[in-house]
Amino acid sequence: MASVEFQNISKSFGAFVAVPDISFQIADGEFICLLGPSGCGKTTSLRMIAGLETPSSGRVMIGGRDVTYLHPKDRGISMVFQDYALYPHMNIADNIAYPLKVRGEQETKRHARAKEVADVLKIGDLMKRLPSQISGGQQQRTSLARALVYPSEVYLFDEPLSNLDAKLRLEARGFLNHLQRDMGMTAVYVTHDQAEAMALATRIAVMDKGRIVQFAPPIEIYRRPATTFVANFVGNPPMNLVPVEASIGEGALHLRADGLQLAPIALTDAIAKAAKSGRMTLGVRPEHLRIAEPSDRNVVSGDLFANENMGPESLVTLERGDNGRVTARIFTDDEIKVGTSVHLSFDQKHITLFDDTGARIPAADER
Amino acid sequence: MQKKAQNIFVRRTVFAAAATFLGTVFALPLVWFFFAPFNARAELGLAIPSPFTLSNFATVFQNTFAMQALLNSLIQAAGGVVLVGAAATLAAYALSRSPIPGKGAVTYILLLFSSVVSGSAAMVPIFLIISAAGLIDTHLAVILVFAGGLLPTAMFILRDFIDAIPRSYEESAMVAGASPLQAFFDVALPVIRPGIVVVVVWAFVNIWGSFLIPFILLRSDKLMPASVAIYSFYSEAGTPIVTLLAAYSLIYSLPVIALYLLVNWKFGFRFFGGIKS
Ligand SMILES: Nc1ncnc2c1ncn2[C@@H]1O[C@H](COP(=O)(O)OP(=O)(O)OP(=O)(O)O)[C@@H](O)[C@H]1O
Ligand SMILES: [Mg+2]
Repeated sequence: MASVEFQNISKSFGAFVAVPDISFQIADGEFICLLGPSGCGKTTSLRMIAGLETPSSGRVMIGGRDVTYLHPKDRGISMVFQDYALYPHMNIADNIAYPLKVRGEQETKRHARAKEVADVLKIGDLMKRLPSQISGGQQQRTSLARALVYPSEVYLFDEPLSNLDAKLRLEARGFLNHLQRDMGMTAVYVTHDQAEAMALATRIAVMDKGRIVQFAPPIEIYRRPATTFVANFVGNPPMNLVPVEASIGEGALHLRADGLQLAPIALTDAIAKAAKSGRMTLGVRPEHLRIAEPSDRNVVSGDLFANENMGPESLVTLERGDNGRVTARIFTDDEIKVGTSVHLSFDQKHITLFDDTGARIPAADER
Repeated sequence: MQKKAQNIFVRRTVFAAAATFLGTVFALPLVWFFFAPFNARAELGLAIPSPFTLSNFATVFQNTFAMQALLNSLIQAAGGVVLVGAAATLAAYALSRSPIPGKGAVTYILLLFSSVVSGSAAMVPIFLIISAAGLIDTHLAVILVFAGGLLPTAMFILRDFIDAIPRSYEESAMVAGASPLQAFFDVALPVIRPGIVVVVVWAFVNIWGSFLIPFILLRSDKLMPASVAIYSFYSEAGTPIVTLLAAYSLIYSLPVIALYLLVNWKFGFRFFGGIKS
């Protein structure tokens, strides 16, 4: 196991800048998730760690060693490819055992080891088939098995569970989580599934257009999203964001928007500064909203848009005129009865404020 | 309704008649090709041999020059095929995978020149070059000239083939610890093989049937390939001895047919898409 470090890495493809400039450090034994929308440079970053792409500038370090120009085979890594990259002419056993073959392991030994890993991933009875003769999910698990069959310094995963059905995905996720706890592997894991990132990562790097917007433990990302982009990306469903007009009066912050009724908010220096622009964004997580009582002071109202019962919880969405939607996640087994107009309330301690650039304004109890 | 059905019947009959006629026109020479060798009195006209005889073959087998020529053809074709196959694979792989600027142009220019090199227009310069190299009247001369002529097209076909194969195959091999050479032999080569097979068969057929190049570059009878030796079955006056010519032609075509069958059985012919699904 080893640490990984990016020092001012940039990567361009011709005139197109895929990654403008990123730096980060991953400690030995950390499980990092790169989270971001399609095309934000996750795969590109991963490939630079693997040595399949040379950075346009900057250095890549693995275990304190500069590997920027080192061949992939000398980096002590293993990788699961987004398109699996199984060798079409080898059967599943040979595919999984290939890394052991190039390490000079003899055939019976390497097939035994391949079978062990395959059994854990429930593909042990497919060993004699060709990749074209198994399903997409089975191919993905084969590719995962091939990466786990030998010990590596760093494990790189490019959306390794994207093609599994919901149940298998949960199982594989649990398996990876167990593996991480068991052997303390250093891993960089690309996903655009925020739930996967939350479940697996010791820290999440949220990426947008080739930049890391926030790099923090999952709970921090969830509680204190650095920007509206992060807030909108993490959580299921993501945080409700309501653009509001901000003004200061009587020593407090007043926020106004259609259908919004909000008690004045205590001023801090940061809030006062951000309020100068007159615009802010109010963020409230769906799980912090509830059906309003008449006595509630912080209420958002609108027409009922959708009412989805998901078993242990319900998603109630309202529409505020043409000012966007707000979704509440209400934990109840009962069917929620709402009329055509809905009122949702929340506590002030659960709101997050963002300034007009989209950056989070620190709350009063911070620092 | 009746009228319409009749109409369709007439149309089908006409179509079938036309198709039969066309088929016959193409099939007749083939029928001749398979009958004449077994007919002691074969003429250019089509006739069913009676009796079936192998006497034509017996005479042909006694012609040592013609028999040696078959072996020569084999040497030259095999040499050319190995050279073209190996060189085209390596070159096409490099052209497909490495970020050489202007690599597309290189292939097109070579392709353009290749039609000149193996064409008759370039015979004089080719002769002079081979002569200067001291290779006149050697198998090597024939092999090299064919390789030069066929390589660009072979490279072109193979490069397209390799372009269609995802790079991530080799990449995953290298990440797993393979050197570029190991990745090539373990992963890339087996996947490219169907493409190589197509190129090899194509090159073999090309060399096997070629007359002009060996005829010009070779002097001695004991090096001439079958395509040249076939003229030993013409009389002094220049008229073909049909019986022997037919028998020899059949023998001459067998290796090509055998190669086709072998390849079809072992690999199956596929032209595009490296991944067998
Ligand atoms: N070889 C290349 N040549 C040109 N542009 C490229 C190349 N590889 C990637 N890009 C571009 O770089 C950007 C980042 O690509 P990357 O594959 O890293 O995205 P990603 O975050 O992995 O997306 P996804 O979630 O869809 O896999 C994209 O806009 C992509 O079009
Ligand atoms: Mg990707």
